[in-house]
Order: sequence, then structure tokens, then C-alpha cells
Amino acid sequence: MTPFDEMLRDDGGVRPPYERFHGWFQSQDPETLVAKAIDAEAFFRTTGITFAVYGQQEAAERLIPFDLVPRIIASREWSRLAAGIEQRVKALNAFLDDIYHDQEIIKAGKVPARLIEGNEAFLPQMVGFRPPGGVYTHIIGTDIVRVGEDQFYVLEDNARTPSGVSYMIENRETMMRMFPELFAQNRVRPVETYPNHLRRSLAAVAPPACDGVPTIAVLTPGIHNSAYYEHAFLADQMGVELVEGSDLKAIDGRIAMRTTQGYKPIDILYRRVDDAFLDPEVFRDDSILGVAGIMKVYKEGGITIANAPGTGIADDKAIYSYMPDIVEFYTGQPALLENVPTWRCAEADSLQYVLEHLEELVVKEVHGSGGYGMLVGPAASKEERDTFAAKLKERPSNYIAQPTLALSTVPILMDRGLAPRHVDLRPFVLVSDQVRIIPGGLTRVALKQGSLVVNSSQGGGTKDTWVLED
Amino acid sequence: MALLGRTANGLFWMHRYIERAENMARLIDAGLRLSMTNLSSGPEEWQSVLVSAGVEAAYVAKYQEFDAPRIIDFLLRDLDNPSSVLSAIETARQNGRMVRTALTRETWEALNNAWIALKRRLSQPIRDTELPGILDLVKRVTAEIRGAFHGTMLRNEIFDFCNLGTFVERADNTARILDVKYWVLLPTHSSVGSSLDNFQWGSILRSVSAHRAYTWEYDAEYRAVDIIDFLIFNRRMPRSLVYCYLCIQDSLTYLARAYGTEHACHETAAAIGARLAGTDVHGVIDGGLHEFLEALIVDNNRLAREIASSYSFYV
Repeated sequence: MTPFDEMLRDDGGVRPPYERFHGWFQSQDPETLVAKAIDAEAFFRTTGITFAVYGQQEAAERLIPFDLVPRIIASREWSRLAAGIEQRVKALNAFLDDIYHDQEIIKAGKVPARLIEGNEAFLPQMVGFRPPGGVYTHIIGTDIVRVGEDQFYVLEDNARTPSGVSYMIENRETMMRMFPELFAQNRVRPVETYPNHLRRSLAAVAPPACDGVPTIAVLTPGIHNSAYYEHAFLADQMGVELVEGSDLKAIDGRIAMRTTQGYKPIDILYRRVDDAFLDPEVFRDDSILGVAGIMKVYKEGGITIANAPGTGIADDKAIYSYMPDIVEFYTGQPALLENVPTWRCAEADSLQYVLEHLEELVVKEVHGSGGYGMLVGPAASKEERDTFAAKLKERPSNYIAQPTLALSTVPILMDRGLAPRHVDLRPFVLVSDQVRIIPGGLTRVALKQGSLVVNSSQGGGTKDTWVLED
Repeated sequence: MALLGRTANGLFWMHRYIERAENMARLIDAGLRLSMTNLSSGPEEWQSVLVSAGVEAAYVAKYQEFDAPRIIDFLLRDLDNPSSVLSAIETARQNGRMVRTALTRETWEALNNAWIALKRRLSQPIRDTELPGILDLVKRVTAEIRGAFHGTMLRNEIFDFCNLGTFVERADNTARILDVKYWVLLPTHSSVGSSLDNFQWGSILRSVSAHRAYTWEYDAEYRAVDIIDFLIFNRRMPRSLVYCYLCIQDSLTYLARAYGTEHACHETAAAIGARLAGTDVHGVIDGGLHEFLEALIVDNNRLAREIASSYSFYV
């Protein structure tokens, strides 16, 4: 079956959102475009938009390949997605509030208690505590895939510390620099307002201890972290401090940063450090990336932590398969966006099915991320499948399985013209006094022909993502 | 907006290392000139370049013998030498990444491009014939960083911490260059006026890129007393000790005004400034040039430590 192509229909016609782009493209000299692609790469390198790939020594800093062909979404398509995303992030926050309080959803029998209790992502320290503004997950990246004209699935809810938003903005910046004429011909909704929205969104959930204009800071693990560029970028664009654990200290019920004029309290900390490293007094005691005592300050109203500790329980892959029920339970409406059908290997029937159909399924670790530790059945050898089957039988509850989706394709620019490649989409959503969704997101593209793995750590690239105005 | 102590530290060291990379290129350039004259026998001159650069001990720890190509490699691209051009630009950029949010996009990109260019050119051993081109490249890319920095940065405390790094490093460098060669500048020196002296003096000026400027400020004739005056007391010479200390005191004064407090570093800088203002070239020669420079290097280092502690660079 040919996958759905977002630019070209099977009959060779151009889908409406791409009409203007396609017309422009036809009039371009292919050699100039290839030269522009090289310019774009130089631009990324100069800017220092790099990321580190863990486990690869020589490539300490690598560029994520950028493709010049934009991924274009019609206004109507976007409205539908946005409504579904908004519903979903509201449900995620309601779920978190419930899970850390009365657990009505468990009492109602919609989600099994064992998935919460035994789950590392569930933090007992958060039980009974409500973060400022009642918001748990402030920044979310909802991974969406498309398989047909009207068929979208949510692949994952990244509710902990989603990354990639700097690429969304820099990709647009690059496109506007390379092809200003395209933006004159197409009415593309802006994405560069994201840092302003983020700042406003964070400022709206100041802790009780804050008096006056809230002080915001971004907490980074440091320059060796794979997403350091993004941490610096966001702090810079918001005009707030970029801090490391060693800059911070709990003083008089506040978390303060060491400045050239002594310690100054922070009101809201956008942390890009995982829960486990956040507070050595409460979580991992060998962590030097966090702040000793921050959890105590947090629970006494001295600081807002975004995202709240313990939000991982909401985007856990074991919970994922319950999302349609979760959405309906809290919003009273059926989910607007569909889940990918998922087999929970913890359930004996499902495990049996998965083992019998390994060659057509994608099997994922419940706690894995970044495309590590997964099996793409159709692409794996018999040997790889057998090895994986053994792991599955050993710890079935560690895995879920999904059908191999025929992800939609968007063309990429090759030396000899256009070639279709599979894509996904990560829109970025901000939750605080209101839900703010930036029109577009990060489109990741598998650069290898036929490949379905779009992760940048596995050789994926990115594209500028356009949402058109009507 | 508050400035983190760690950020001030990063800015200070970023600028020290940019300055160091550039100074290293100048020192190598001067060494290259001297080694091309048949008046001097190569390795000793290169050895004195190592001493000026403050890395003689590190070199000796790695290699036993003084050998021109090895010394050049050590100064240019050896990562075991923290002051080599390659190490310095690497450290400068590492600090720059850390303080990325305090820099303008232009300044950061100039620094990043300098790093990309130097890393590429210095990844392989350098042939003799390539050396002049590479030294030019170092000077050019560091000049581009300075240009972007001066053209785009706000004149706030960030700017001052950067300046402090630049001028503390530069004062140290100028004082060292003079100190290594102080004996050829003394009136008691045996071969006064010989052509070797002329080369030696010319090389001192060249190592601070000031052989042309000297002839504008004095007259074409190299005279030891004028060279000392130029590099220590000339207020128009951007690498003289007096000039460095005027800039250091300026930045510290701005910081004191912005923050409303003075610290130990203000006292130290004022004392060094007063010492420079209270004497002249003859006073320095009479009192001992070497002793004067040695004391200045020590006090300059103390100032750097005091700046770090006054402004919470570290926990």
C-alpha cells in the first residue's frame, strides 16, 4: 500500500495546501536549491544549533539535517488538530491532579491501580500536593502521525520535558532568510511568538511567595546535555536567566540564584532536568544537577516547578493505551484525536497476539524514549525478532506493541529533485491560565527511503512546518 | 536583570582566552621573525617565546629538548597546553556556550565561527609554509569577535566583565613579554646598539603588534627607554600596562556605580593604577625593571582572584 503523501495525490495532482509552494518549486532552478540547502547547513552551524548524540564519541556536536521543503498544513486541518490537542492536554492535567489526590479514575475502574502504584514515574512525594494554578504539565509536545486525508493518531504525549521547540523556530528563521518570496506568496501563521507565550504562560502560575513581577529561570543540566542549545535559546529568547544546579540554593524558604550581587530568589523554574535529578535530598542523592531542598520549598509555596515533578505518570507508555478513556472520563466527551491501537503486553492475550505477529508490529519499551530499545518488526531480521521475543517473554509488562503505521510522507529535496519520506509532527502546547497552542510544531522526517524512524538520534531530519491562514 | 556569578565568570574567562589566543599568535609571529634572521640561533629564541607565553614548564614536562617545530606545534595546536591557540579558542567557546544568553547573536556567531575555522585549520600538523597564513587567520577571527562584541553589545555589566577579562589577560601578557626580554632593554646590557639588539627590540614590538605604532609615537629609531615607555606608560598604546589599567579601573568603576558597592578588587586596581601613575620610565629603570614587572604580574593575578570572589564567580 502506498502511504498517504501530503503534497501529491495518487493521480499526480497537488493537494490544495501545497499548490502555491509546488508552483514556486517548479519555477526554481534545482542547482540553486541544492546550493541553498548548503547555505542552510552553514547557517545552522554558525548559529551553533547542534545536539549531542549519546554514545557517539567523535560526533560530540552534530547538526540535525534540515530539509528545505516545508510541511504544509491547511487551516481547516489545523483547527481540528488544535481542538483535539487542547482537549487532550486538559485531560492530562486533570488526570495528574486526580492521580495525586482522590484517584477517582481508579475507583471508577477506568485505569488499573497497579499501573500507578508500581510505576517509577509516579512520585509519592506529590500525593496531596497541588502546584500553583493547579497546573501539572505546563509544556507538552504531542506527537502526532497522519495516515490518511482525515486520519491522525496521537503517538505519544510528551508531558515531562519535551524538546525540539528551538528547531521549530530556527527552521522558520532559516526558511524566511532563504526564501522570503515564499512567505509573501503564502500566508503562514507565525511560530516565533513561542518564547513570549512561554514566558507569559509561566508567569501566570507564580507561587504564593512571589510578590511583584515573577522572576523566571531555565534550569539546564549544562553544556554537555544534548538539548543545551535549546535551553540557552529559550532562556535567551524569553530574556530570563539560564541556571545550573550549582547556581541555586535553598535560602529562607525560597530557591535563590547566585548573582554578581548575591543570592536572588527565583519564582518560576522551567527545569530541563529529569525528576530523578531534581533534588538530592528527595530523589537521587548523587545528583549534582538539581538543588538540595527544592521539593520542600516547592511544597511550601516558595517556587513553581515547570513541569511539575511526577508528570511522567501521564505520558508513560503503559498509561498511553488508556488515554481515550482518560480523555472521556475528565472532559465528558469522546476523544477528538485517536490513539494508535495498542496491545498491552502485560495482558496475556495481547502478549500472545504480539508474539505471533512480531513481523508486523512495532514493539516499544514502556519507559523508553528517543527510538532506543524498540523493535520495528517489518524492518527487523528473524534473528532480531527472536532476540526481542525472548525479552518480551521475560518482562511482558515492560512492553507495548502497535501496528506498523503507514506514516504519511512529504517530499524532501534530493540532488535529483523530490522524493517522498515519512514524517511525524510534534506541536507544542502551553498550559497555565489558558491553553496556548503554537500553530505548527516540529516536523521530523526519516531521511532514509522507506524508514519509519524519525528520531534525530537515529538519523532523522526536520522540516519547517507551516500552518496556513485561511 | 540579575547577572549570575557563573555567567560573569564565563564572560571573564571567555575574553581572557580570546585575548590569549590572539596574543599567542603574536608571540609565534615574533618568534618566527627572529628565527628567520641569521643573527640569532633558533631554539633559544623559541625558548624565550615559551617563557613569555608562560608555558615553559608544561613544554619541558612533555618534551625534553627545545626544538623549533615542536615548540610551534605546542604553542599552536597542542591540547595538552591549555594556552595553545587551539586550547584557548576551545576554552573561549566553551565559556561562550555557557554564557550564550549574555551574548548578542553576532558576538556568539563570531566566536563560533572563529572556533569552527581554527579547529579546521589546526586539526593537522602545520607545515612551515602555512604558518604565516594561519597566524593571520588567528588574528583575523579574533578581530571579528572583537568587532561584533564592540558593535553590538549593550554597555552594561556584561560588557564590563568581558573587558576585565580582556585587560587583565593583556596586562599579564605585556608584562611577561617585557620581563622575558628585560635584560636586552637595560642600559647595562653589553651589546647596546648592536644589530642583534635592534632585532630583539623589534621583536618585542612585533609580539604586541606595535612596531609600526612605535614609529608614529616616537621616532623611527628603536631605543630601549622608549620601548619601555611605550609598553608601560603610553596612554595611547592599547596594549600598554597603563592603558590596560585605565580600562580595568573604568570597568570596575562602572560596576561599583551599577551595584552601589566597592570591593577589595577596587582597592587593588586603584593601587596598581596609582603605582603606574606615580612613576615614569626612568623611575622604573632605576628601581629595577624586572622587580617592577614581577610585582605587577603578581598583583594583576591577585586582582583577578579578587574580582572572582567579589562578584561570586564561584560558590
